[in-house]
This record gives sequence, structure tokens and C-alpha cells, in this order.
Amino acid sequence: MTELRSELIAKRYRAERRFRFYGATALAVTAAFLAVLLVSIVWQGLPAFLEKKIQLEVTVDPAAVDAANPVAGDYDKLLREGLRTLFPEASSRVLRKALNGLISTGGSDDLRSRVVADPSLIGKTLTVPALLSDDADLYLKGQQTGVTRAPGASAIQIAPLEGEEGFLITGDTPEKSPEALPGQLVQAGAVNLRITAAKPGYVTAEALTPMEPAMQQLAAGQWQLVTLSVPEQDRRISDVQALWLEKLKAEGRVETGFNWRFFTAGDSREAELAGVRGALVGSLLTVAVALAFALPLGVAAAIYLEQFAPKNRFTDLIEVNINNLAAVPSIIFGLLGLAVFLNFFGLPRSAPLVGGLVLALLVLPTIIIASRAALKAVPQSITEAALGVGASKQQAVFQHVLPLALPGIMTGTILGLARAFGETAPLLMIGMVAFIADIPSGFTSAATALPVQVFLWSDLPEAAFKSKTAAAIIVLLVVLFALNAAAIYLRKRFERRW
Amino acid sequence: MKRIFLTASLVALTAVPAFAARDQIRIVGSSTVYPFTTAVAEQFGKSSGMKTPVVESTGTGGGLKLFCAGVGEDTPDFANASRKIKKGEFEACAKNGVTEIVEIEIGFDGLSIAQAKNAPDVALTKQQVFQALAKMVPDKDGKLIPNPNKTWKDVDPSLPGVKIEVLGPPPTSGTRDSFAELVMEAGALKFPSLADLKKSDAKAFEAVWKTIRDDGAYVEAGENDNLIVQKLQANPNALGIFGFSSIEQNANTIKDVPIDGVKASYESIADRSYKVARPLFIYVKKQHIGTIPGMAEFIAEYTSEKAIGEDGYLAEKGLVTLPGEDAEKTRAVAKDLVVLKSEDVK
Repeated sequence: MTELRSELIAKRYRAERRFRFYGATALAVTAAFLAVLLVSIVWQGLPAFLEKKIQLEVTVDPAAVDAANPVAGDYDKLLREGLRTLFPEASSRVLRKALNGLISTGGSDDLRSRVVADPSLIGKTLTVPALLSDDADLYLKGQQTGVTRAPGASAIQIAPLEGEEGFLITGDTPEKSPEALPGQLVQAGAVNLRITAAKPGYVTAEALTPMEPAMQQLAAGQWQLVTLSVPEQDRRISDVQALWLEKLKAEGRVETGFNWRFFTAGDSREAELAGVRGALVGSLLTVAVALAFALPLGVAAAIYLEQFAPKNRFTDLIEVNINNLAAVPSIIFGLLGLAVFLNFFGLPRSAPLVGGLVLALLVLPTIIIASRAALKAVPQSITEAALGVGASKQQAVFQHVLPLALPGIMTGTILGLARAFGETAPLLMIGMVAFIADIPSGFTSAATALPVQVFLWSDLPEAAFKSKTAAAIIVLLVVLFALNAAAIYLRKRFERRW
Repeated sequence: MKRIFLTASLVALTAVPAFAARDQIRIVGSSTVYPFTTAVAEQFGKSSGMKTPVVESTGTGGGLKLFCAGVGEDTPDFANASRKIKKGEFEACAKNGVTEIVEIEIGFDGLSIAQAKNAPDVALTKQQVFQALAKMVPDKDGKLIPNPNKTWKDVDPSLPGVKIEVLGPPPTSGTRDSFAELVMEAGALKFPSLADLKKSDAKAFEAVWKTIRDDGAYVEAGENDNLIVQKLQANPNALGIFGFSSIEQNANTIKDVPIDGVKASYESIADRSYKVARPLFIYVKKQHIGTIPGMAEFIAEYTSEKAIGEDGYLAEKGLVTLPGEDAEKTRAVAKDLVVLKSEDVK
């Protein structure tokens, strides 16, 4: 008998250990998934928080910038000229286009704001940072190709090939042939060459930029051998652009800064200019509308249902429907919003007002259910005591029960809003899935929302938008994290237990 | 507390103002044209000093439905389309009073089949693609049978013996419609029995090439090209169906599969030797010009050399631009705002 019992006890202990093991495993697996997700998003997104600029000496030409109206000046042209003085070898139209492609179309903003602030700069030469284009930016962040750059190990001679296009590179003695492989790049000053073939004793090369057909002697260390791991046709930066960027880097002109623009700019089709401000403001406006509608309605409904409403079939039906509503797919609310707010009431498309109304409907059931639970958790004795000293039912509810239930109501509301913050599907139907470059200025101006911005960027073909997408996700996660932390804080701070 | 709730709801209710006349252009439509129209919209906003147009990505069909809903400030001014407007849509437009539509062709988009960079090279014909992806294929005697092909080798002995797995857009997508028309229909016509069927029963023939198999060989991977790119990298045996601009931008991870011996490239699409390409359009609601400010300037910006020209900024974004005389034609249509006639719509 005792043996049997101890065996039973051991079995129970084993079962408990197994259960604990399952629990711990489930937790570990979840944590691992979460960690993988977060690490990959942060890893992809972090580069987007940095931006690369180059320092250029620019002469503010009075012909390009009118002192009377400095805002309208052609600052892009000034930057391009500044860049061209560094690379005089970019003489043909194609090469100039490649060179201009290194700077962003919005690269002149810094220069413009400086000159507008101080028009006395017109006519002077100043050093300004110019924002690089997304492709150049990705190249310098090492996301386009692997790069190795080594100073030339031995002296070389470059001479034009006889009878055909191209150049011949030899060492100073026939035995000391330069060690270079086809595809590698040679740079020295304004000389930009690509090795085409390596033969015993010499290599041949083609000029990427126009070169004097004269012999040149370069000592060891005077020239650079650049190797790019990804072939030219497979990357967005051409060989000659890579050589120029390498030269700018070697001259210390490239600087890395924090990408403030990401938080101050609206959407743009140029990845390096795009920011989340428009989407963030749109999200905040939308959620503010949702809060303004859903909180009073939800709490009022909860108070009535919990404290005043008679318990009959009708209120049961309402209760079942509220619970059902909480499980309705969010796109349905979007369809409802389209039919009711846009088509019937004639409210404007893409407006945070309509988005907020739709999201208010979406979170209303959550708020009602959470509020009812919070009201129910307040002990009956509080109401009874209030009624006992002569308070009316309304006084008892509003002055005693509601303040005690408020932390629970707040928690439920914040969690509901956190859900609303992350919704895209209902916004699709009411026109908030859109390219909107201007920062929304009010509840009826066109706006989009953060999760929609993530969705739209993820669909764009440019590689630079991949890290922008991840960065926007990080912003969204931070906002959601803050909301949830606020919910926990409110609960801990004001919660009372009985 | 009550007072706070009351004021909050009051504030919320009074926040509904009277709506001023719209001073911002609104554009809806195709997600394929979206990257180009947004680029033009941004340029327009920067250079004109007017508000940047709002461009919604709703899909071609959804966009034209909104566009055709009527005339007035609450309807869009432009629709992006990755195919021509259909007869039914045109009639719906006319019924709702949208009688003056201008069709502007802006360029081409190539559709391509791609595979992961590290996968062994394959080349396909339209006929092979049809045999691999159609739900019903003709057997040796020309009788329609459910698609028996499991591997590419089953389709053609010269192809590798790997499982047929093609990732592509869902039926709601304009890309899918174009793929069916340009590849599947052309592939089906190579079979004499199906060519006969087209003559005898066009409806039945259409059902054959339009119906893509649903037994797992064709995977509906959503409208997001970048997602398909990532899936291809993970699975070198799979093929993906894309817009050409995605191939161009992701050339370091995926490569194009030649169709009928022609590789998709900027040149082959522009000179029309690559047949799997479709024109892209914007539709203009002419009745809005004059009411909504900036429409004429926006059209001028869109059709300018600096946008749709060979070296224009849209080419940089992956648009295959119109060759010289077609671009001239587009510019003429845009300038004179030639209204689309019902006999030009199929």
C-alpha cells in the first residue's frame, strides 16, 4: 500500500516536472521567436537612422541665386558644380549624369537654408554638406557590394595600347607584373581604369573616364587597387561611381550623421528624403479622434449596462452582440466606414476624422468589455454603503464606483488604442492607404498612418526602402511599447485590491 | 468626470467643419503605376508650389470604380491603370456622368518570370509556362484533362526535374490579368486543339487560359513583389512572376528567366521584342479640369520629357519609356485632352 502510494506520488511529481518543462519550453520558444523578429528588424532598420553626406566646397554664384529672392535659387546646380570641380574627368554627358546621381535630388536643402538665413553668403565660397542619393548611401553603408581598397604594392607604368582602345599596365621590370585580376579597378588622381585582362608580364585595362593618351608612371602607394565583390551589372552603383565614392571617402569628405530628416519629413519617393513625420502625425490625429469618440461612448455604455440596465433578453442580446463585435475582422469596419461616413455623411476621403471614427467603432467593444469588467470588480459593498448614507444610484456610481474602476477602464482603453494604432485594413477602404507627401495639418486634411506607411514602403522596389520599412516598424514598435508601458503604469499606480 | 466626457464628445462633434472646396488633386488606382505617379506627384508638389496630390494604391479595378463613381469634388480626378479601361467600366462611367475621359499612355511595364540568382539557369517558352500552370491542359489527342505535370521535366524533357513551384500575384491583381493574357493565352494558342476551340467556342477557350491551377504549383504570394523576392532567395527551385522594375532593382539577388528566348531588359521591352509587356495608363476626368486647381499642370509635368523621356526621372524609377513617336502621340493627347470614344474601348 505504501509502495503504491509513493509510486503515485513520484508519478505526480514527474507529471508536475514535465508540465513545468513544457511551460518553460513554450516560453523559451516564444522568447526566441520574438528575439529573432526584433533583432532582424533592428538590424535592418538601424542603417536607416543614419545618413551619409559629403562635404563640398560650393561657390554661391550670384547668377544662380538672386539676392532678392534667395529661396528660388538653383542650389542643385551649385552642388553639381562643386562636385564637378572635384572630378574634372567627368567630362561627357553620361559621366556627368553618373556623377550627379551621387547626390540626392534634395541634397541642396542644407545649402538653401544657410543662404536664405544669411544672404551675405552669395558670391562667397563655403563648405556645405550635401546629402547623398539612396544608392550612394547604400554603397557607403556596405549594403551594395563588398569593397576592398589597397594601395598599389609596386610601381606601375600606364601606356595607351597601340592600334586599339585601352591601356597597358606594366611593372617597372618585366618580372614585376602588377598583380591585378580582370574586373579590379585602378585609381590614381583623375585616372579611373578597369582591368580587362591579365597576361604574364602585363595587364590591359579600359579607361572609365577620358584619359590623355600619354604614358604615366606611378610609384608604389601612388595608386589604389579597388576590388568590388558584386559584378557591376548586379548593383546600382557603377564602377566609376564606386571609384569616385572611394576617393571622396579617402579624402575624408564623407560624414555620417543621425538622420533627423526621418522624423521631420513626410513621405517621399526618394528613399533618402522619406520620413515618418506625416504618418506619425496622421496616426496621432486618427487615434485622438478614436479616443474622443470611443472613450465616452464606451464608458457610458458600460456603466449603463453594468449598473442601470435591467437584466432581460434584450440586454442579453446586446451583450452577446458586443462580444461578437469584438471579433469582427477589421476590414468590415472599413467597409462600414466607407458606406456610412463617406457615402452617406459625405465626409472627405483619407481624413483622420473618418479614420478615427472607423477605429473608434473598432475599439468600442474592447473598451465596453474592459470597462464592464472593471466596474464589476468594484465590490458591491461600496455601492451599498453609498446608497446606505442616502446617495442616489447615480451619485453612488459616478462618485464612488467609477473612480475606483477608472484604472481598469484606462488600461482597457489604452490596450484598445494600441490595437487601433496598428490597424491598416480598415483604413484601406476609406482612402488612407495613399502617398501623402504633405504633413497633415488637421482632422480633415489627407493623412496616412504609421502601419500604412510600413505597408506602402515595403511594396516599393528600391532597395533603400527596405531599411526605411524596418525603421518605420521600429518607430511603430516604440510607440506601441510606450502605450503598453503607460497601461501597466496606470494599473500599478492606481489599482486597488480588495 | 461626467463633465469631462461631455466636453470631450462635444469637442469631437464640433470638429466636423464645413468642407472647403478641394484644392488638392486626388489620384486612385493601380499599385503598378503607383511608384511612378507618386514620383510625378512629388515633383509637381515641389516645383508648382501647389499641394502634393494624394495618390491612393487601390488596384486598377478598384481605382476605376472610384473614378467612375461620378463627377464632383468627392470623386478622384485621375485613375492609374495597368491595363486599358474595360467596356463595362467605360459604360459605368458614362452612366454616372463621367462622359469625358482622357486616356494617357505613359510607358510600359514588362512582366517577367524570375528565379534566385544562385539557381541553375532555365529558359522557358510561353507554351511551357501554360502547360505548367493551366488548370486544364490538352493531352496528346487534344482532349482537355486536369494538369498532370508535377515537375518541369513532365512539361518538357529538356527542363530540370524539379517540382513546379511558381509564386505570383492573386487574381485581384492587374499583374495577374496581364500575365494570363500575355503568357497563358499566347501559350494556349500554340496547341492546335485549343486554337480550334477559340474559333468554335471563345468563352470555353477563355476559361482554359484564364484558369490557373490550384493544386499548389501556383502559389498566390500576395501583391508585394519584395515578398516574392525574399521567398525566391529562400527557395532556389521556385520561380516568381514580377513587374520588370522589381527585377531591375533587385538584380543582385534574382535573375530573369528568358521567355521564348528573349530576356526582359529595358531595351527589349522598349523595342517590343520582349512580348510579355503591357502599356500603363493614367485616365483623366476632363470635367474636373478648371474646378480642381493644378490638373493641367500635373498632366504637363507627367508627360514632360523630364518625366517620361528616355532619361527622365521615371526611367530611373523603372518605367520603360515610350519610344519617340509614341511619346509625341501621348503628348499630343495630353495637350489637346482628346476624349476617349466608346468605339476605342473593348
